Amino acid sequence: MRIASLVTRITQQMRRDRRTLALFFLAPLLILTLMYFIFDTEASDLKIAVTGSDETMVKALEQAGFQVTVAEKFSKKVMIEKNTDGWLHAENGKMELTLLNDQPSRAKAVQMQLMQGLQGHVKTTPLIEEQYVYGDAKTKGFDTFSPMLVSFFVFFFVFLIAGIALLKERTSGTLERLLATPIRRYEIVAGYVIGYGSFALIQTIIVVLYAVNVLDIVLVGSIWLVLLTNILVALVALSLGTLLSSFATSEFQMVQFIPLVIVPQVFFTGIFPLDGMADWLQKIGKIMPLYYASDAMNGIMYKGFTFTDVSLDLLILLAFSVIFITINIISLKKYRSL
Amino acid sequence: MCTLKNAVTIEGIAKGFHQKKVIGSLNMNIEKNGIFGLLGPSGCGKTTLIKMIVGLIKPDAGKITVLDHEVPNEALLMDVGYMAQSDALYTELTGAENLEFFAKLYRLSKKERRERIQYAAEIVQLTNDLNIRVAYYSGGMKRRLSLAVALIQNPAILILDEPTVGIDPVLKQSIWQELERLRNEDHKTILITTHVMDEAERCDKLAMLREGEIIASGTPEALKAQYAVETLDDVFLKIGGER
Repeated sequence: MRIASLVTRITQQMRRDRRTLALFFLAPLLILTLMYFIFDTEASDLKIAVTGSDETMVKALEQAGFQVTVAEKFSKKVMIEKNTDGWLHAENGKMELTLLNDQPSRAKAVQMQLMQGLQGHVKTTPLIEEQYVYGDAKTKGFDTFSPMLVSFFVFFFVFLIAGIALLKERTSGTLERLLATPIRRYEIVAGYVIGYGSFALIQTIIVVLYAVNVLDIVLVGSIWLVLLTNILVALVALSLGTLLSSFATSEFQMVQFIPLVIVPQVFFTGIFPLDGMADWLQKIGKIMPLYYASDAMNGIMYKGFTFTDVSLDLLILLAFSVIFITINIISLKKYRSL
Repeated sequence: MCTLKNAVTIEGIAKGFHQKKVIGSLNMNIEKNGIFGLLGPSGCGKTTLIKMIVGLIKPDAGKITVLDHEVPNEALLMDVGYMAQSDALYTELTGAENLEFFAKLYRLSKKERRERIQYAAEIVQLTNDLNIRVAYYSGGMKRRLSLAVALIQNPAILILDEPTVGIDPVLKQSIWQELERLRNEDHKTILITTHVMDEAERCDKLAMLREGEIIASGTPEALKAQYAVETLDDVFLKIGGER
C-alpha cells in the first residue's frame, strides 16, 4: 500500500507538470520526425559472395572495390552468419543478386558498385534479379536505426526526469521526511520504479505507434516484444538516473550527466556502424545498456527476431537494472539504516 | 504503553561531520508528557541532535532510547511525528493530497485518514485551503501544513524543528495553545527547538545548547534563578558571555 501511495503521488505530480509531460511524450516524436527527414549514411568495405560465375567476373568485382568470396554453395543463412552484404549467383546467363540489407545504405552501395563494376567487362549488362534478406527495395536507412532511437528516447527522458525527481526529493527535504515515516527503503525505490515506469510505458507506446503508423517505419517482429524491451530500458534508465542523482546537488549538475552518460551511449547504438570500430572501442560499447537495447530493438523491429533471439540482450538489460536498483536501495542507507 | 518516566534518553551521543565536531558527548533526558524546549543559536547542533533522535542520522557514539526502544527502530517511527526545519512538502500537490500521502505511509485506514486529515487541518487552520496546491501557499501556510503532517498519525511524541518560524503572532498563539492541549489532554511528549525566548518561557523544561554541548538545563524558572536574571534572554547572554 505504501508503494501504491508513492505511485499515486508521482502520478499526481506528473499530471500537474504539463510541460514535463509534454516533453516526455512529444519531444521524442519531434526529434524522430526530424531525423526521419535528415538522416542517411555512407558505406565502405562491402563484402560480396559469388557463386556459379567465372574468373573475369570475380576480377571485375574486385576491381570495383568489393571483398569477393568465391564459393560453391552459398545461402542466406551463411550471409547472415558471415555478414556478407551481397550474394551474386550466375546461372544460365541470368544473374541473381541477394542483398543482406541490414543497413539499406550498404545495400544501395552494393547495387551501385555492382553496376559500375560490371559495365565494360560483361558484353551485355545482364538482367539482375534482386532479393533481400532483410526488408525490401523500399527500405530506408531510417528504418534500421529508428528502433534504436525509440529506445534512446525512452532511456534519455526517463533517466533525466526520474533522476531530477529524486534529486528534488533530496534537496527539498521530502526524502528525509519520507524516511521519518515507517516506509522501507525498497518501497521508495519500488514506488519510483512503478510510478515513473508506467509513464515510460505510455511514452514507449506513443513513440512506437507513431514510428510505425505515421512515419511508416518497418516493424517485422512483435510489438509486445518491443514494449517489453523498452520497459527494461526504462528500468535501467530509471535506476541509473536515480542512482546518479545522489551525486548531483542541483538540477544543473544532473544535466551535466548527459554528455557523460547519455551521449557516449549513442555512439554504440548502431547509428554509427559498429563493424568499423577498433576492438577496444567495441568492448567499451559492451558495458553500455543502450548497446544491448539497440541490438534487441533492431532485431525485433527490422529483422523480425523472436523472444529467443533477443533473450540474451533482454537478460543483460534486466541484470543492469537489478544491479542499479540494488545499489539504489543500499545508497538510501546514507539517510536511514533501516 | 510503557510506564517509563522518560520518553527520550540520550547517553553519550557524539557526532561529527567532515572531522568537525557537531555534537560532543551529550547526555539528556526528556520526560514524558511535557514540552521540552531545545534552545540555542543557529549552528549549535539542534537540528543534528533532533535528526539523531528521529533516526535520520546515525550518531558516531552513544545510545538514544525513545519509548523504551533503541533508535533506530522501525516501530518507533509510528510513534514519532517529525516536522523538519525546511518544509518538506510536495508543491505540485494540494494540501489535502500531501496529508493523504503521508497518512497512507502510516497505513491509516480510509476512515482514520479522513478523520486525522480533518483534525490536523483544523489545528493548523488550513481546512479551507486544503484543496489549493501547496505551490500557491504562503510561507506560514506551508509551515502549518508541515505541522499537520507531523500530527497525522497521532504520534505519542512530537519532534518539531522550529515550528513557528514565519507564522504570525495570532496563529503562533493558537498553535501553542494546541501544543499545550496535546500535552494536557492527550499526554503527548513534545520536543521543540526554538531561538525565540517567549516560546522558551512556555516550555516545561529547557536545554540550552552551544557548540554541541548542553550548557544549562532545567525549568525556565530554575534557569533564571540559577543565573539570577530576569529573562531567559539574559540567561543566554550571560552563559554566552562566559566563553
